Amino acid sequence: MQLIPCPWCGPREEAEFHYGGQAHVAYPEDPSALTDEEWAQYVFFRENPSGPFAERWSHNAGCRRWFNAVRDTRTHDLLAVYRVGEPMPEVIA
Amino acid sequence: MTFRTPTGGAIDRDTLLHFTFNGQSYTGHPGDTLASALLAHGVHEVGGSVKLGRPRGIVAAGSEDPTSLVQIEAPFSEPMLLATTVELYDGLVARGLAGQGKLAAEPDPARYDAKHEHCDVLVVGAGPAGLVAALTAARSGARVVLVDEQNQAGGALLGVDEYVDERPSAEWVADVVAELKSTPGVLVLERTTAFGMYQDGFVLALEKRTDHLGFAAPEGVARQRVWRIRTRQTVLATGAHERPVVFADNDRPGIMLASSARTFLHRYGVLPGSRAVVFTTNDSAYCAAIDLAESGVDIALIVDARHEAPARLATECAARGIEVRAGHVVVGTEGAGRVTGVRIGPLAPASPDITVACDTVLVSGGWNPVVSLFSQARGKLRYDAELGAFVPGEELSTVRVAGSATGELDLNACARQGRDVGSEAAAAAGFAPGGQVPLPVSDSRCTARSGLVLWRVPGDDDASFVDLQRDSTVADVLRATGAGLRSLEHIKRYTTIGTAHDQGKTSGMIAAGIVAEALGVELEDQRPTTFRPPYTSVSFAALAGRDRGELHDPVRVTAIHPWHVAHGALFEDVGQWKRPWYYPKPGEDLHTAVLRECRATRESVGMMDGSTLGKIDVQGRDAGKFLDMLYTNMMSTLKVGKIRYGVMCGVDGMVIDDGTVIRVGDERYLITTTTGNAAKILDWMEEWLQTEWPHLDVHCTSVTEHWATIPLVGPRSRDVLAAVAPSLDVSNEAFEFMTWHDTVVAGVPARVCRISFSGELAYEINVTAWHGIAVWEALMAAGEQYGITPYGTETMHVLRAEKGYPIIGQETDATVTPQDLGMSWAVSKKKPDFIGKRSFARAENNRTDRKQLVGLLPVDPSVLLPEGSQIVETDRLPEPPVRMLGHVTSSYPSAALGRTFALALVRSGHERIGETLFVPVEDALVPVTVTESVLYDKEGARRDG
Amino acid sequence: MTASPLAAWRDRLAALAPVLDAAEQPFRSQLTVRVSDPDAIAAMGSALGVQFPSAACTFTSGSGRFGDVEVLWLGPDEFLVVAAPDLQITIEEVLRGALGTVRGSVVDTSAQRTTVVLEGPKVRDVLAHGCSVDLHPASAPGGTCVQTLLARTGIILQVNGDDRVTVLVRSSFAEYLAAWLCDACSEYLAVA
Repeated sequence: MQLIPCPWCGPREEAEFHYGGQAHVAYPEDPSALTDEEWAQYVFFRENPSGPFAERWSHNAGCRRWFNAVRDTRTHDLLAVYRVGEPMPEVIA
Repeated sequence: MTFRTPTGGAIDRDTLLHFTFNGQSYTGHPGDTLASALLAHGVHEVGGSVKLGRPRGIVAAGSEDPTSLVQIEAPFSEPMLLATTVELYDGLVARGLAGQGKLAAEPDPARYDAKHEHCDVLVVGAGPAGLVAALTAARSGARVVLVDEQNQAGGALLGVDEYVDERPSAEWVADVVAELKSTPGVLVLERTTAFGMYQDGFVLALEKRTDHLGFAAPEGVARQRVWRIRTRQTVLATGAHERPVVFADNDRPGIMLASSARTFLHRYGVLPGSRAVVFTTNDSAYCAAIDLAESGVDIALIVDARHEAPARLATECAARGIEVRAGHVVVGTEGAGRVTGVRIGPLAPASPDITVACDTVLVSGGWNPVVSLFSQARGKLRYDAELGAFVPGEELSTVRVAGSATGELDLNACARQGRDVGSEAAAAAGFAPGGQVPLPVSDSRCTARSGLVLWRVPGDDDASFVDLQRDSTVADVLRATGAGLRSLEHIKRYTTIGTAHDQGKTSGMIAAGIVAEALGVELEDQRPTTFRPPYTSVSFAALAGRDRGELHDPVRVTAIHPWHVAHGALFEDVGQWKRPWYYPKPGEDLHTAVLRECRATRESVGMMDGSTLGKIDVQGRDAGKFLDMLYTNMMSTLKVGKIRYGVMCGVDGMVIDDGTVIRVGDERYLITTTTGNAAKILDWMEEWLQTEWPHLDVHCTSVTEHWATIPLVGPRSRDVLAAVAPSLDVSNEAFEFMTWHDTVVAGVPARVCRISFSGELAYEINVTAWHGIAVWEALMAAGEQYGITPYGTETMHVLRAEKGYPIIGQETDATVTPQDLGMSWAVSKKKPDFIGKRSFARAENNRTDRKQLVGLLPVDPSVLLPEGSQIVETDRLPEPPVRMLGHVTSSYPSAALGRTFALALVRSGHERIGETLFVPVEDALVPVTVTESVLYDKEGARRDG
Repeated sequence: MTASPLAAWRDRLAALAPVLDAAEQPFRSQLTVRVSDPDAIAAMGSALGVQFPSAACTFTSGSGRFGDVEVLWLGPDEFLVVAAPDLQITIEEVLRGALGTVRGSVVDTSAQRTTVVLEGPKVRDVLAHGCSVDLHPASAPGGTCVQTLLARTGIILQVNGDDRVTVLVRSSFAEYLAAWLCDACSEYLAVA
């Protein structure tokens, strides 16, 4: 059972959290202005890197806050967590 | 004949325990294992082998034993336990297994448990290194947990009669344990095996708490407990396992590891046999030979594969009349069941030149550090050529290794490592050194270093067993390498070596060695197989813990639940909720009860418990704007006092939920969600608010369980409501459809909404959950004169299906749009954007052959279509593949329609209205007519009563 | 006229003595407050006579015009105000008044959760059978308030003292919680 450091509550067991996929994928400003392909890109396509990956988590069973985390997809190690709105920190994988 | 020594061993000789093995009665003593008690009676043969049916005995004294699998039959049937780890108790009934046991057919009456524990330093293993490490950490003030799989601390010291600090080692062990147990913040767990090591210092350990008490196990006490330990630093002092050398017919009962025989002698006072041949590649077996000789075993010969025997030990042997033959090996054994003799010859070429009669063969091929947990912690392993084993090959920041688990086999050095590592671990956890622990000094004469690495003696490959439990031989390994396999992982799977209960504790290293030899590669270049949890077998019962029976999954109940139970409701599971399914009267089955409930509701009045509906309070200046983005239809224009039905979609335009939105105030709404999606939709709302639109002034709060919700349904509902809410004007003019009023119902503040999920005149009465049951009872009393009928989810489903109202998750499956459901009316054309809108313009969403919601009327009105049935176009099935047009989503007999009907998702369904399609049911194709989804009261005349 | 979620469990909870003194505290006034503006938070605190907790995972308590009031930290802009029964309507009004036109919300959630008070020297041990948060007094001193999981249900756990803990649980999960507590205590009762 991995520990995930909630930026508010501190480290808690993974079971308290909910995964939210890739971070920093903004809802398009004006969806109607997008081509079908551009819209499909937003709806269906996400990165799948081997290495550090910025993703969203929600501390569901705790403070219910969404936050961002950089996780190394090769090891599951969480390299950094940061609050929504904060820039992605530099990480060393 | 007894093989019990007259004195010695940590057993209680004054107490006799009776047990039964393979139908025979035996006796033993407290302190015995089943294995030691059997050996005391000269019983070596425990079971047969899984594939070949060869007799098998007891190879080792502990959890590394590959062979002694037994089935406990009393007190409770339990399969696949090792005789070497089953502590003996009075009345034990067991039988030997041939690799396969049998699960009990009846429920296990024992209790199982789990407990979380947090510490600064976890020490695994209470041998000399672990004890010193734990004491060092404890003296620094750290929170320490020490776990050990044995029933007493001591580790390797338990199997020898050596002295520590010039007194019996048990005294030194007892002193250390006593100090640990009396130190605050220290937890010592015996009979506890750390079986899994995971990320972030998470270690699972199984404590066997009352197994050893057998029939005397106290009631109420959990038999086994899974400790969920979260530690900052870990010290692995997991020791080493002796490994054998493989030779022809090396699997006969009576052939065991030399150190294990020594353990049986010193710990249990048991001799392995009368006349033994010792076969070794290192010094340690000499001590076993000498100790056994001094206890009366005739050591026929020590066969040492090394060219020269160790001088000092050879002299000691000579003094006792024990012959040592260096440069020789055991090349084969004889015997029908138990071994009766060994063939011995020179190492090269390995051909027999003499045969020696014996009933016991003691083998030592060196020592394998126990690196399983280190490897599980992602530590890299390194091959130590001198030791002939994989050892920890790197330093980890939170996991340290001490003692023979590092490959160090000298006790004094192991203890020093324990102190160093215990001190480092405590320091890493932030604790300054405490009082220094004096290092124990041992008088041990034997170390295993300077051994010869020998995996196998060439011979009959088909009878040279590498994994005794899996019946896997040298021939199997060579077949694998011959077939071109090179990776140990592949060879493990091909040969099954290391996949049995013991996970290759004694066989894995040898298999790797034989593979390297066969391939002509160096073991330094071979990657060992990955060690995975569990280190030893863990029963599913222990893993389940107390999560079984009523605690298996939470049962959520509403405030009115006790009434439903008292009135004979049968319940349906909806997520974790128990919802009344229907309320059968005596003699009624589901169909007759539901027909009655439906008829009563449509003809007079019924009511149900709708409290499970999700309810979310939405407040803030931007609440309307926010809901406009979430719902496909417009919510910001809803007037205070009014209610609107709404549909939510995902960004892909597929329906995710529906419900009502009521406007409570200028900046306040209350929305409802489906029962199953309450938590999901709140999360969905928070996700958008927190991650996309944090600038919106909106806050969402779940009030699902604050309210009890009672839909009161049917033409007489107005009369019933009027009776319980005298201050409320219930007239159609004063209380319009899709409006709400705050009032008092049955003396309780209530919010009454006029909404309908049945097409009938209906009200939804909301009161705080505390008042739910009282208001329910008041409604029952007020409705008595109208024959008010409580109904369950099944009737609710029928009533709504007759009206063509979809149920999210039944009519929808994440591939269905509002348009597919015929709900274009609920999709705003005015709003510039809402979640899902852009997807409605995608080509895929505009295909004319999308599956759409329609009604199906079986041509024979008595035929009930099974839900989930496929729908085809022709009255005869063509050759496969058959084109499926869709499936039946709901199907019921209807009191109101006087016939059966169904809802279905059908390709181009809206264009097919009036067509006849076919539903395969068992062997027949049932003709059905496609209709609109609304089948009852299409004009909506009944809504106003 | 009113029924609390664990009314039927009173005797079974009482039977956990002497291991645990366990009892439901029903019908408490509870208000969920969402607010992040520091002035509004201070004003609400003044209105109640209890300052809101400023540190995550803590709670405050005090006495004011509504008697004993506790304010539980549930999130960076979320609090639960807890007071004696029958005060929820007036407290809601007072909090709304203190909030004024500032961004935030106040919702009566009194019946959303019920409260179980547990007291006894083994209370932290019992909870450790199902709670992964470190409950050692050094890690969870009095004043701690965490939202976490106890076995398979979400809870709000308030540490009131070395031997006293208050658990708030969603009403629909209350019977599960009670059943779990009884089961987790059974060994301590057998040994006691």
